Amino acid sequence: MQGYGIILLVAVGYLSLLFAVAYFADKRAEQGRSLLNPYIYTLSIAVFCTSWTFYGSVGQAATTGFSFLPTYLGPTLVFTLWWVLLRKMVRIGKAERITSIADFISSRYGKSTVTSGAVTVIAVVAILPYIALQLKAVYGSFIVMLQGARNAELQMPLDGLAFIDNALLITLLMAGFAILFGTRHIDASEHHEGMVTAVAFESVVKLVAFLAVGIFVTFGLFNGFGDLFSQAQAVPEIASVLSLDAMGTPFQWITLMLLSMAAIICLPRQFQVMVVENVDERHLKKAVWLFPLYLLAINLFVMPIALAGLLMFPDGGVNPDTFVLAVPLAEGQTLLAFLAFVGGLSAATAMIIVETVALSTMICNDLVMPVLLRWRALRLNERGDLTRLLLGIRRGSILLILLLSYLYVRNLGGSYTLVTIGLISFAAAAQFAPAIVGGLFWKGGTRNGALTGLLLGFFLWSYTLLLPSFARSGWLPLEFIEAGPFGIELLKPYALFGLTGLDELTHSLIWSMLGNILGYVVVSAYDRPGALERIQAVRFVDVFAGPGGEVTWRGTATQGDLQDLLGRFLGPAQAQRVLSEPGSRKPGVPSANADADPAMLARAERALAGVIGGASARVMVGSIMKGERVGFDEVMQILDETSHVISYSRQLEQKSRELQELTAELRAANERLKELDRLKDDFLATVSHELRTPLTAIRSFGELLADNPDTDAEQRARFLDIIVKESERLTRLINQILDLARMEAGRMDWEMSEVEPRTVVMDALAATAGLFDEREVTLEVEVPEGLPLLRVDRDRLMQVIVNLLSNAVKFCRSPDGEVSVQAALQGDSVVVSIRDNGPGITPEDHERIFERFQQAGSTLSDKPKGTGLGLPISRQIIESFGGRIWVESTPGAGACFRFSLPTSESEDARQDSAAE
Amino acid sequence: MNPSILLVDDEPNIVLSLEVLLRGAGYHVRVAPDGEAALQACQDHKPDLIILDVMLPRRDGYDVCRLLREKAAWRSVPIIMLTARGRDEEREKGLAMGADAYITKPFSNRRILEEVEALLDSAWV
Repeated sequence: MQGYGIILLVAVGYLSLLFAVAYFADKRAEQGRSLLNPYIYTLSIAVFCTSWTFYGSVGQAATTGFSFLPTYLGPTLVFTLWWVLLRKMVRIGKAERITSIADFISSRYGKSTVTSGAVTVIAVVAILPYIALQLKAVYGSFIVMLQGARNAELQMPLDGLAFIDNALLITLLMAGFAILFGTRHIDASEHHEGMVTAVAFESVVKLVAFLAVGIFVTFGLFNGFGDLFSQAQAVPEIASVLSLDAMGTPFQWITLMLLSMAAIICLPRQFQVMVVENVDERHLKKAVWLFPLYLLAINLFVMPIALAGLLMFPDGGVNPDTFVLAVPLAEGQTLLAFLAFVGGLSAATAMIIVETVALSTMICNDLVMPVLLRWRALRLNERGDLTRLLLGIRRGSILLILLLSYLYVRNLGGSYTLVTIGLISFAAAAQFAPAIVGGLFWKGGTRNGALTGLLLGFFLWSYTLLLPSFARSGWLPLEFIEAGPFGIELLKPYALFGLTGLDELTHSLIWSMLGNILGYVVVSAYDRPGALERIQAVRFVDVFAGPGGEVTWRGTATQGDLQDLLGRFLGPAQAQRVLSEPGSRKPGVPSANADADPAMLARAERALAGVIGGASARVMVGSIMKGERVGFDEVMQILDETSHVISYSRQLEQKSRELQELTAELRAANERLKELDRLKDDFLATVSHELRTPLTAIRSFGELLADNPDTDAEQRARFLDIIVKESERLTRLINQILDLARMEAGRMDWEMSEVEPRTVVMDALAATAGLFDEREVTLEVEVPEGLPLLRVDRDRLMQVIVNLLSNAVKFCRSPDGEVSVQAALQGDSVVVSIRDNGPGITPEDHERIFERFQQAGSTLSDKPKGTGLGLPISRQIIESFGGRIWVESTPGAGACFRFSLPTSESEDARQDSAAE
Repeated sequence: MNPSILLVDDEPNIVLSLEVLLRGAGYHVRVAPDGEAALQACQDHKPDLIILDVMLPRRDGYDVCRLLREKAAWRSVPIIMLTARGRDEEREKGLAMGADAYITKPFSNRRILEEVEALLDSAWV
């Protein structure tokens, strides 16, 4: 029986020593002289051995003999499979900058925040009893030390101020240390080297303490193993403990083995020390055989201590869970008792520290941050330094977890032994195993599958283990266990669907694993995973196949934005290091406005993932991207899978077709533009040519007259006449060009009126009568009176007819030229035809002659020259009036120019209907 | 004997003015209204100089010029090209085809006479 003060002093003193160890290790790490080596790595994995091992195994051995063994055979088995399982996990953990088991699972299944959140919630619920177990053990050991084993009750009193004071004090003390160890750094992305070293140190302490007690018992109190076992066999009650029957059924063994196998990879703290905190993959090689050796060593004296306890306290007045302390105390070995107390404290604190740090990381990265990041109102994306926020969340989580555990142990813990509480946790943590193991080896596992399996398994675990434990503690009516909910026998939590004859744990494990694995496999099989899921699947399953496709980002982010973002989580200096080229000595200064290259983005995302987890990192980097992300590899992945190939290639075809069409359109438009440009050039050249020609004649004759004043009168008159004619031609040409330009630009001022077709035709004939006489061309006119009125610009229409008439005269046969003019009503239109008996026009010229400066006259060099604009202008005019002009001709048989114009009545009707 | 000049153009009034001008200067002038006619005229009677418009019906001026230069008999006949198109590349094209001078319309009568005289002088030498 020790003084309260001295016990507390030893405890606090020991924890301070631990902190010193951690501090020293951190300092060394900062100086780049890391203490971490394969041995420390192995010893940190020994965080697996908690007070469950230290106190609980002895208690278990004292009641059920060797049944504690499978709990340690399981991890040993897993470590023999390290090459296929652990090595892969460690490799992936590094490649993906995994921060927790939730991060691991969510990363595998498409970096989904839903998955990581679900894993986190399950992990917290699963681990609370386990942490509670540690609190209970620490508090129990405290009481034993204080009051002596016989008086002490490891069961927590349900009331009493003393308990609340001490247990809460212990809880808060643990929380304080966990916060100090795990969340001291501002830079949260680094490994917790101090914590790992301290935990390794604790593993040494608890092993030494346990061995010391074991050796003292076996060789101090008894004469070796033989003596101890034979004495035990002599007592029938104790001998029965050693019998095969006590060890439980093979089912129980298998269950325990499987559970502990799952636990060594699924418990958040094991994942933390094995995968997250691993600094060198080669360390694993040593751990593979050292860790099982450690397990063997710490289990060596479990049975001897248990038997000794049973021999020394035959009346059952001492809780077997306290034998490790009670035996030395009963023998007056105070120092040894203190050593055992410190060993037990080591086992518990190591577990609590690592577990709470792991859980707080998960709560922060996988539960709180994704929500905060999506909560736009907080504008977290724009906030400055976020490291304080991150650490704040983590510290708060640690405190919360421990307080919840305290409440758990206070309200529920009393009715269970340490081992039973631990196994409930194991069974819950084991629910991660299908998603992890499946995710490591089966590319077909999908996010929905994993989520279904997890939730189904978790639900069945809750129903068959957690709820009954509530019932036993009085939170639920006991009928829930005995008769099933609402008296439904089939739903009895310990005999679900009539499955009986098994222990509770095996029963629960069978149902939850059945639901979990079936849900995972079946949903995965029918699921269509997203692109990111497929890529992550390949990156995980084929992690040894070399660097897989990096999920690149489509779209860009500036280096400045990227640096700001990283700076908020890592600090500016670290951000700059991440952004500068790997391997380059001097950190390059990112240019703020330049786009970050893909490698830089990938580095940034990985670095961020180390701080806030993969899913959140993706969201954060995505938040500063301009444009969507879709990697080339993503596309390749999609192509990999035949089911998607079809629809995707169809899309691809569609896209490429659209692209081709667009390209063709663009090309056509470009060609058209070039063509237009060329036409414009040609037009200007042609206009210039057409203007220069009359000008040449004018100038030349002008000079002739000027240079030869004595030119005779007749010739002078002839020259002057030519000058006048050519001037007129020039004027006409200029007017026509201007008209055409105005018409084409739609800026012509039309003077529209109702005109009688016959009048216009007759006026035009009158205007050209001189031409007909001059050329002795016969004219035939068939234009009836009373044709419907046309709404046109009279002068312009006359211009067209005059143009056509003079063309006809110009091109008709000579001599014996004949021109006929006809007008007739055809439907709603008046058609005017002007026919000549000239050489005709070849079909290919039928349209060409309506283009500017394209006279069909190349074969008619003896004919007088036109401006080459008459027909184009005629077409413009007729079309402005809503009509149509064309030529009908066969070479050698004359040409017939026709135009049709809608009658004004039909125009009115059309406009009315258009107006309606 | 007076040098004979073949005048090739399809613009009657320009032909007329040049005819008056050159005859007035004492040259013998013959006229062809298009490319084919020009080649025919050369064959019938080798001119001492050719004034050749570019824009001609039935074989343009460039073509005529090139064909004339291909025949050894006519290679030395000086050719003055006339054009109403004033662009540099056309001028170069004309000279490349073997023209000796290139005159843009509208021209001054004096320029025509000077070129004709100069080319005929050098041809005689």
